[in-house]
Amino acid sequence: MKNAVGREIPAEALAVELKNGRKYEPYQGKGYRDGKYIKKAGPTTKIYENPKESKLLPSIRDAVIACGIKDGMTVSFHHHFRNGDYIVNMVMKEIVDLGIKDITIAASSLGDAHDPIAQYIEEGIVTGIQTSGIRGKMGDVVSHGKLKTPAILRSHGGRVRAVEEGDVHIDVAFIGAPTSDEYGNARALGGKGDCGVLSYAVVDSEYADKVVVITDTLVDYPNFPPSIHGVNVDYVVKVDEIGNPKKIASAAARMTQNPRDLMMAENTAKVIAATPWFKDGFSFQTGAGGPSLAVNRFLEPLMNEKGIKMAWAIGGITAAICELQRKGLVGKIIDVQDFDTGAIEDIRTNPNHFEMTASEYANPANKGAFVNKLDFVVLAALEVDTDFNVNVITGSDGVLRGAPGGHPDTAEGAKCCVIVTPLTRGRMATICEHVVTVTTPGDCVDVVVTDYGTAVNPRRTDIIEALDKAGIKHVPIKELQEKAYSLVGKPDDLQWKDKVVAILEARDGTILDVVREIKPCEI
Amino acid sequence: MELKAVGTAGTLESSDIMVTLEPRDSGGIDLTLESSVLNQYGRQIKAEVLASLERLGVKNAKVIVNDHGALDCTIKARVECAFYRGCGCDMDGKFDWGGVIR
Repeated sequence: MKNAVGREIPAEALAVELKNGRKYEPYQGKGYRDGKYIKKAGPTTKIYENPKESKLLPSIRDAVIACGIKDGMTVSFHHHFRNGDYIVNMVMKEIVDLGIKDITIAASSLGDAHDPIAQYIEEGIVTGIQTSGIRGKMGDVVSHGKLKTPAILRSHGGRVRAVEEGDVHIDVAFIGAPTSDEYGNARALGGKGDCGVLSYAVVDSEYADKVVVITDTLVDYPNFPPSIHGVNVDYVVKVDEIGNPKKIASAAARMTQNPRDLMMAENTAKVIAATPWFKDGFSFQTGAGGPSLAVNRFLEPLMNEKGIKMAWAIGGITAAICELQRKGLVGKIIDVQDFDTGAIEDIRTNPNHFEMTASEYANPANKGAFVNKLDFVVLAALEVDTDFNVNVITGSDGVLRGAPGGHPDTAEGAKCCVIVTPLTRGRMATICEHVVTVTTPGDCVDVVVTDYGTAVNPRRTDIIEALDKAGIKHVPIKELQEKAYSLVGKPDDLQWKDKVVAILEARDGTILDVVREIKPCEI
Repeated sequence: MELKAVGTAGTLESSDIMVTLEPRDSGGIDLTLESSVLNQYGRQIKAEVLASLERLGVKNAKVIVNDHGALDCTIKARVECAFYRGCGCDMDGKFDWGGVIR
């Protein structure tokens, strides 16, 4: 069955069973579930009426046993420690050592730090993966068909919806925290490996049957104000290290000096300034990639010129936006993740820099997330096709190596979604006829800025009109794609086997695309 | 012009291609191809390398190609350069610009 972005969704994918019995549907277009109702799934949690001084357990192994983890269960993790994370590997090692099998990992994201999980997949111990990001060895083994069930890949907002709706039921959530007290009130500041916020883990703490907080810094009770509330936590474990602090928070990304990136960033800022939403009190999100980040720098003079200020910025926060706020150009920063030490330092001290939950950020099924009120979002892409569909998950070899993250959420929510990407990367045509995998549907993508020109989605006649009025040149996206192919040649189609190895969920829980097992390339 | 010794050209940098030609007496062209864009462009890279070798008159050689996303013009240039190095040509040699060198 073909879905609304023209992708064939095989019966095999539509038949994948969700925990609540909900049946998968192919993607129907944006806003399909707007106004409909969901029944939220509730966890089964233990009553702690009798006073108890502490929830501390001596080790992760004790917590695994105390939580009663059995074959076939689902455990969850968050990705605020990024590539410095030790939690996933430590917990999975204990689970595996105890001989427990048929485990599903439901993480907010996974990365290169989790390469050891690939072996558990090959050994058939980990049989399900639900995540936003999948990379490194894990991406490789899943792409080669080693995972027993198709991986389910969701956006950050889509994950919250899936947990709340009960598509996935978390038996035990393991939440790494920079600090915690003995009752599980956990914070992301004041420890040895601060990550700034714990936004993605909040839904886990509220919807998992059992919740374990793992920290390397125990602090006095009450550890307030907490990101994770102790009332939702069963056990606390103190370990030597939750992660590698150097990798949890990297130094601020240096502003790119690459003239191509700077040119694209400047053109992006000009596009933004030409639209009707660029007025006092606008809202904004940008990614942490080179050209996206540089947009901050070019927006500043345009804001000063027009005498306007940004009311709020959201998203993965970097030092660049905090800097803009210190100059008085941004009202509030609402933070779901911190990308560098600058952002973490800022949330520690700045009263106008707030933490929000992943649901508040991007959940399509709550009563209105921040992304719904977003004016502009600037995003990157691995590929964009002539229907404006974006791929941020599969590489040019068809192997899983990325993450939808907040991309589909912000793209749908924002009034103006700008993708900024070079026309080609090495020999890869970024603007192509058909993306390998659709991760953000074209009906949510409005403008594409490349080093060879800008294209506007023909659906957005209002933006076309605004750019024309401002004298900003734009071309049909087909022209950009043809230019790209004239430079690098037309790529051959990737060769796939039949087996579906991953399902790309749209944020509303319909199926946007599937990834199949890659066929080894023989030349 | 004849390939007499091992000739190498190019680097392992992104967007470049490293080509090594090793002469042999018989057995035709034995091509080993590695590429960061093998799935999408491997066929085209192979065709470009073989066409360049044919143009240069190389009939028998062991050819090792390590590509990091080079464009066709770069592939041609690196194969040609590896060939002339293998022929023992120095910078002042006579080169067939616009002929077999494209």
